[in-house]
Amino acid sequence: MVIFTIDALDVRFGSVHAVRGVSMEVFANEILTVIGPSNSGKTTFLRMLNRMNDLQSNFKIGGTVRFEGENIMKMDVEVLRRKVGTVFALPLPLPLSIFDNVAYGPRMHGLHNRNRLAERVEEALKSAYLWEEVKDRLHESAFKLSGGQQQRLCIARTLAVEPEVILFDEPCSGLDPISTAKVEDAMLKLKQRYTLVLVTNNVMQAARVGDRTAFFLSGELIEIDKTDKIFTAPSDTRTEDYIRGRFG
Amino acid sequence: MTMNPYRTQRIAFSLLFLANALILLLVGFVVVVIVQKGLPAITWQFLTDVPRQGMRAGGIFPAIVGTLYLVAGAIIFALPIGLLAAIYLSEYAKDNLLTRLIKLAIVNLAGVPSVVYGLFGLALFVVFFKFGASILSGSLTLGIMILPLIITASREALESVPHSFREVSLSLGASKWQTIQHIVLPNAIPGILTGTILGLGRAAGETAPILFTVAAFYLPLLPGSIFDQVMALPYHLYVISTQVPNVDEKIRYGTAFVLLALVLFMNLVAIIIRYKFRMKKKW
Repeated sequence: MVIFTIDALDVRFGSVHAVRGVSMEVFANEILTVIGPSNSGKTTFLRMLNRMNDLQSNFKIGGTVRFEGENIMKMDVEVLRRKVGTVFALPLPLPLSIFDNVAYGPRMHGLHNRNRLAERVEEALKSAYLWEEVKDRLHESAFKLSGGQQQRLCIARTLAVEPEVILFDEPCSGLDPISTAKVEDAMLKLKQRYTLVLVTNNVMQAARVGDRTAFFLSGELIEIDKTDKIFTAPSDTRTEDYIRGRFG
Repeated sequence: MTMNPYRTQRIAFSLLFLANALILLLVGFVVVVIVQKGLPAITWQFLTDVPRQGMRAGGIFPAIVGTLYLVAGAIIFALPIGLLAAIYLSEYAKDNLLTRLIKLAIVNLAGVPSVVYGLFGLALFVVFFKFGASILSGSLTLGIMILPLIITASREALESVPHSFREVSLSLGASKWQTIQHIVLPNAIPGILTGTILGLGRAAGETAPILFTVAAFYLPLLPGSIFDQVMALPYHLYVISTQVPNVDEKIRYGTAFVLLALVLFMNLVAIIIRYKFRMKKKW
C-alpha cells in the first residue's frame, strides 16, 4: 500500500533551492532510509512529509505530496502531524516529567481520562523499550534521563499519539553505539505497526535497518531502490562513490 | 611613543571598576542616608495612623493604602493588555509594516516623560471620560506608563523559551494556541513576573502621573470606591517636603524610607523569583 506519493517536489527557502524535482513513493510498513551528504536536502524532504517546513521563513513548495491520496498542503496541519510523527536529531524532552512528556500528545488531542492516559503512556514506553528503566520514576523530570533514554522517550512520546508514519531525523547522531543499537532495535520492531522514514548520516545504519534506501545529492533524488541493491549494485556511480566513502 | 598594551589594559580595567564602584557608592549613600534619618520615625503609630496637625504629626497610613491601591489598579489594567500584546508580537506577528509600527510605538511609549502621562491622564480619564480625579484615573494613567515595560519584559521572556520546544509540541499535532498555552507560557511566567514587579516598583514611585489624576493633598480618610481620590506616598513626600512648612525632618525621611522600602522590596521579590527560576531551569 502506498502511504506517500511525492510528485515533482520542489522546496525553496528564499533563494535556497533545497529540494529539486523529487518524485517517489513511500510504502506502508517499510523502513525507508534516506542517505546523502549534508546539504543534500534529505532533512528538508523529511520535514516536508508532515509540513514542519511550514515553520521556516520564506518557505515555498512546488509539486505535490499526497498522504493516503490527499494533498498535504490542503490538509488540516494538526491532523497530518497527528498521523505523521517526528523524532528529531537531538533528544528534545519537553520541560515536563517523564509521564507528562509521553502524555502530552494524547492530552492535546483531548484524552484526559486518567486511566486511559496511564495505559497509553505505559504502552508507548513499552513499545520504545524504555518502560522497564523508568516505570518507578515516571514523575521525575525527563531531563534526568541519559541521552539514549531521552531519545527513546521522544520515540515513546511520538508513539503515544498513535501515528501511522514516524519520521526519524538522524535520531542517533548524538548517541553512543549501545544506545544506537537500542534505538535501531526499537525501529525494527516498530515497522510491523508503523511506516518509518529514517534520515541518517550513518551509511551503515541505513544498511542495517532499511528495507529501501533513497540517495539524495544536492537536493535531487539520485536513486531509490531496495536497500540490498543500493549497497551491493547501485545503478548510479555517484551512489556507489558515496556509500564507499569517496565523497561526502 | 608606544603604549604598553598590558598597562593600557590595566588602566581600562581600573576605569571600569571605578565606574562600578561609583554606582555602588551612590546607591549605598542614598540608602544609608534615608535609613539613618528615616528609621527612627518608623513606629507602629506612624504606619497605621492618619496624618495630623496639618501633616506635621501622626502617620502616613492613607498614603500607604493609596499607593497600594494605585499599584494594584495599574497592574490589573496593564498586565493583561501587556501580556496579550507581547504574545501577539512574539508568537503571531509577521515582520511587516504593522509590526514595526507597533514596536516603534512601544519604544516611544517608554520614552514619554512621566509628567506627560499625567497630563494625558488628566485630559483623557479625568476630563473626557469624566472619571474625575480618582483611583480609576490614576491607575489607568500609571498602567499606561508601565505598559511598555511589561510588554518588553514579557516579549523577552516568551522569546527566550527555546524554539525547539515549540517544534516538538507542533510536531505532536498540537495547535499553535495549545503550544503557547502549555509550553511557551508556563516557561515564560518567571520572566513575565519579574518584568511586572519591576513595573510595579516604577508605578509605586512616580509622582507626576498621579499629580493631576488622583493624588489628594490632604485626605485623612480611606477611599470608599475607585472613584475617590487618595493620598499616595510619592506625592505626600513632595507635599510635606516642599508645600507644608515646618514638617519635622523625621517625618519626611520616615515617609521616604517607607516608599524606598516598598520599591526595594518589590525589586527584591523580582530578584528572588528570577533566582529560583534559574535554579530550577532545566535546559
